Amino acid sequence: MTVTVLESPPTTDFDAVPSGPAAAAPTASLARTRRPVGALLRRFGVILALGIILFAVLSAVVPQLLATYDPTATAPLDRLLPPSPTHWFGTDELGRDLYSRVVHGSALTIAATALAVGLALVVGLTLGVLSGFVGGLTDSIAMRIVDVFLAIPGLLLALAIVTALGFGTIPVAIAVGIGIVPGFARTTRAEVLRVRTLPYIEAARAGGASWTRILITHILPNSWGPVMVLAVLDIGVAILAVASLSFLGFGAAPPAAEWGTLIANGRNYLVTAPWVSLIPGLFVAVVVLSLNHLSKTLEEVQR
Amino acid sequence: MTSSVVKIRDLRVEYRRDSRVTQAVRGIDLDIDRGERVAIVGESGSGKSTVALALLGLLPSSGHIVEGSARVADVELAGASERTARRIRGRVVGLVPQDPTVSLNPTQRVGHQVGEAVRLRGVPRPLVDVAVVEALTQAGIDDPVTRARQYPHQLSGGLRQRVLIAIALAGDPDVLVADEPTSALDVTVQKQILDHLDALVRERGIALAIITHDLGVAADRADRVIVMQHGEVVEQGPALDVLAAPRHPYTRRLVAAAPGLSAAVAPQRAVAETPVIVRWEGVTKHFSLPRGSIEPTVRAVDNVTLAAHAGQTLAIVGESGSGKTTLLRIALGLELPTTGRVVFAEQDLTALDWRAARPLRRRFQLVQQNPFAALDPRFSVGRSIAEPLTSFRIGSRAERRARVADLIDLVGLPTDAATRRPAELSGGQRQRVAIARALAIQPELIYLDEPVSALDVSVQDQILRLLARLQEDLGVGYVLVSHDLGVVAQVAHTVAVVQRGRVVESGAAADVLGAPQHQYTKALLSAVPGARLRSDHSSREVVVP
Repeated sequence: MTVTVLESPPTTDFDAVPSGPAAAAPTASLARTRRPVGALLRRFGVILALGIILFAVLSAVVPQLLATYDPTATAPLDRLLPPSPTHWFGTDELGRDLYSRVVHGSALTIAATALAVGLALVVGLTLGVLSGFVGGLTDSIAMRIVDVFLAIPGLLLALAIVTALGFGTIPVAIAVGIGIVPGFARTTRAEVLRVRTLPYIEAARAGGASWTRILITHILPNSWGPVMVLAVLDIGVAILAVASLSFLGFGAAPPAAEWGTLIANGRNYLVTAPWVSLIPGLFVAVVVLSLNHLSKTLEEVQR
Repeated sequence: MTSSVVKIRDLRVEYRRDSRVTQAVRGIDLDIDRGERVAIVGESGSGKSTVALALLGLLPSSGHIVEGSARVADVELAGASERTARRIRGRVVGLVPQDPTVSLNPTQRVGHQVGEAVRLRGVPRPLVDVAVVEALTQAGIDDPVTRARQYPHQLSGGLRQRVLIAIALAGDPDVLVADEPTSALDVTVQKQILDHLDALVRERGIALAIITHDLGVAADRADRVIVMQHGEVVEQGPALDVLAAPRHPYTRRLVAAAPGLSAAVAPQRAVAETPVIVRWEGVTKHFSLPRGSIEPTVRAVDNVTLAAHAGQTLAIVGESGSGKTTLLRIALGLELPTTGRVVFAEQDLTALDWRAARPLRRRFQLVQQNPFAALDPRFSVGRSIAEPLTSFRIGSRAERRARVADLIDLVGLPTDAATRRPAELSGGQRQRVAIARALAIQPELIYLDEPVSALDVSVQDQILRLLARLQEDLGVGYVLVSHDLGVVAQVAHTVAVVQRGRVVESGAAADVLGAPQHQYTKALLSAVPGARLRSDHSSREVVVP
């Protein structure tokens, strides 16, 4: 037998021809894991979660379209009515329609949440990328600061910050935002560290790309996935934190409605009119659960 | 050799997922007698692993035996319940899995893991430890008492594979299924492991089924060979007959593509006198070990002096841990040497910082080992290939697009490849993309880090041919790092053999591989699988087209 390898004419046939099934196998498995977005939209749970989140966002942007009554109009005769076709969520101690108050309350709560998560994303991503990418002393210092924040319970930290900043929606948002920065910083750092060592980064490096270019074109897009999942999950956490703080009275002043203050209002009537606290509470729970479900689905899609 | 332990008749296996049906095995027959060694060969996707899984009753939930029977020691496994299959596993059929680095539980001591298999056999508790030591001894492990108390990470790859063999043997099985048992190991270790498996089969009359893509292993270690393609048996018979004179075109192609099967040393093109393009001068690299280690540093590369010539191929050969990849990384400027320097085109690369080395960097490029991770999954193929052009700001957008189209054509990818994502391509195609990317800025030298080790043999052959053709057409030089002497013999002009960071032998490929001087080179060469077939060739003088 002779080795005819180098003498034979150069072949330009491409791999798929001889190794047809070999080529098909990995592609098929990838097609399975990378489910198209369309298939996801056919899942009932996802549609329901998306619908609820959409409702919450709409109610924050255009509450007047969804509300059935004026949220501040009192009607002493109709006080503490149970849920009924006329008042879907019942009425509170001043006869205000609870459903309309929940809808109008979205604006402040969602705005605070968006601000909190936005802040956490910007600060957390910057810290994470910085320490994951630069490494060394920067990494150590940034991560020790993050560790200190992680050591203090989130709500306690937020309480301390609100006390320092003063009451109101924006201080609450900042406090909650700072509370969830550490999670983002940690996740981003871990992802950046993972992607940084992948062969295609080395290939880009060998191809003459500068670190800035690699950071923007390779590392950020490829480490973004888990951070996005965490962001969606943390919107839920932030809603809970914002509601908790306003429940404790750190949020908006009385006539304005916020989900947390609505729940707090009903505390005195828990026995006689439980819906005043329960229904806004359930509403918050449903929104947060929807966000959790969506984040879990996103994670599955990425895998 | 009276009765067959394994009897497979007209076996058909399908994988069903999301209402799509893939026929993995399409009606195969297979008998294995006691004391017989059968090799099932084929490329990935040929269904060889599915057959092994069916023998173990370990098909994944999406896999179904739709027809036929698979009997092991007179127990029907087709349609058998999990309970029946579990009785067979370990006791009757043992499995030696593919990758020793991930097949052991890292948090449990080795002895405990072997003990699990021993207890399954029904050995009373007080006797388990004795049986564990016995199993480890049988698997060829020295000092089994100490080893049993160690954790997997404290053992080398070869030792871990022996532990896996011990686990497979612990249940005293009649049949041993070895799924690519040595593909993750160095050749010299591979030889020891396979020798040991051979001895076990002889002594205990075990029926051995080796699933492998390595025809050399099949030729050396099997009595019978079964060649599978697309889930069907295309050829079978005595190992030497099939591999020395294959009848089916697929087998012929496999045999022709297998590096080093016909001869360990391929006749090489003469070394032409061309100028030196890159030189390692007394390069030493220390890596510091974590505090508390016995030695503070490990010497990955130890005073290496080497040269690669323009337009030719220098192959750096060695086993894992020999420092060959570190040499490459130093030459690429990704790692700084502790002492010594790398001179590229008469300029000291190690003295220049990243920015100053940039103009030089245009003249050499890299192709990596694993084509599945070498491309950004979010980049289209065209964007990946154009990346070095963008980095060096070469050409306008339209010019780059034209250049990418040329490159895609040059490396033999389909014309529409530019818009596809890496996930849509096969391994070989991805490696072509990586080669195209390396060629984009017309370098004079390309560093190839195990460029074909992750690919099937026939695809390996195509990539090696492509590389040879590109060298002829473009005059580009290669520095190839590989552990596979077959690959090296096929493309190298000069060869350097490294062991523990030192160059033990170097020179023209024909000299080093044809008349090795150093002990280590000889050991490497003799460990290359396929020796039996090669000696058979020289006696038979069969010429395979």
